[in-house]
Amino acid sequence: MSLYKKCHRWFHQFASPKYFYDISHIISKYAIVVCIICFIAGLYGGLILAPADYQQGDSFRIMYVHVPAAWMALFVYVVMAVAGGIGLIWHIKLAEIVARNSAPIGASFTFLALVSGAIWGKPMWGAYWVWDARLTSFLILFFLYLGYIALQSAFEDRRVAARAGAILALVGIVNIPIIHYSVEWWSTLHQGSIISQIDKPTVHMSMLIPLIFMVLAFKTFYVTSLLIRVRTEILEYESNTSWVKQLLRDYKNVTN
Amino acid sequence: MTPRKKRIVIVCSILAGMALAATLILTAFEKNLLYFYSPTQVIAGETPTERSFRIGGLVLNDSVKRNTDNLEVSFVLTDTVNEITVTFEGILPDLFREGQGIVANGKLDADNVFKAEEVLAKHDENYMPPEVAQALEDAGAKIPESHDAAQ
Repeated sequence: MSLYKKCHRWFHQFASPKYFYDISHIISKYAIVVCIICFIAGLYGGLILAPADYQQGDSFRIMYVHVPAAWMALFVYVVMAVAGGIGLIWHIKLAEIVARNSAPIGASFTFLALVSGAIWGKPMWGAYWVWDARLTSFLILFFLYLGYIALQSAFEDRRVAARAGAILALVGIVNIPIIHYSVEWWSTLHQGSIISQIDKPTVHMSMLIPLIFMVLAFKTFYVTSLLIRVRTEILEYESNTSWVKQLLRDYKNVTN
Repeated sequence: MTPRKKRIVIVCSILAGMALAATLILTAFEKNLLYFYSPTQVIAGETPTERSFRIGGLVLNDSVKRNTDNLEVSFVLTDTVNEITVTFEGILPDLFREGQGIVANGKLDADNVFKAEEVLAKHDENYMPPEVAQALEDAGAKIPESHDAAQ
């Protein structure tokens, strides 16, 4: 069997709801463990071990929530748009479910980044909010998420909702490079990107390591919460199939 | 063309169309997307005269003069090429200090003095412990300024 055929078969197997239901259970179990460890390490490192900043003092520690939340807001949006696109083209049900269930998580990360940024902005800049290119494009991202969520509940038929949502997500993806490069293209009050060069980070090592832990914690938190939501929707979606009925029978036997 | 190929083409054209539209819009509004003007742009007369606008730059060393009777303060803002004198009455943010990047919102008066109504501090992407900053200073190295603070 050729490699292409193998990949093709694996892709289809992975996308089958039953197979995914089983494998996602294992993935989420490991992800939650990594998440808890990284959260404890990141918070301890960031709030206790890391030294205060030479300019901002202790206020800079808001970074340990703000930066991972902002990165995840962008990352989740890309996942949502790509999954939506796959669902649109190949009509893969699982991709539609992943896209739909990423939206509330991504919206929460966006909200967290906006709020933590405002709390940080007041003591450092002197203002909670300014209408510079970075902040404005990030607010648009929040509205894109809200629009997507609203669109999902506007349709009776889940497959129609998924298709409409995918188009909105794909149209909105143009905002992602704008957010990323806004601090380079235009003069903004927001600082430049902290990791513009991998070899020469602008954050001191003692402050950077806890940040990496926090980024991993946020990432695995997304994986865990997404899989829980996806598994629930798979059961709902497939409630008439024999494997779900079998699963329910097994569950009842165990509990009785 | 199979229906699937058709859908791929549709998705790609949505992406291409949006990218093109965004590029055109952002190019058209380029000037309006600048959050602040530099002292050089102010001196070149690129800034609005009637309405207020924002000016950004570094506070020149030894230029901050405080009035002893009230909250009035004046300082010189520089982009390392040109300088503009700024006056402000009010409470400055914690990060305001000489050598710091700031953004001020206000109007230019007839004598080319910028009357600020609001002063915001800008900080850059460099984070380090005070000891490291001190060591850098002692070694004579300038703490790298963010490229856009001095723009």
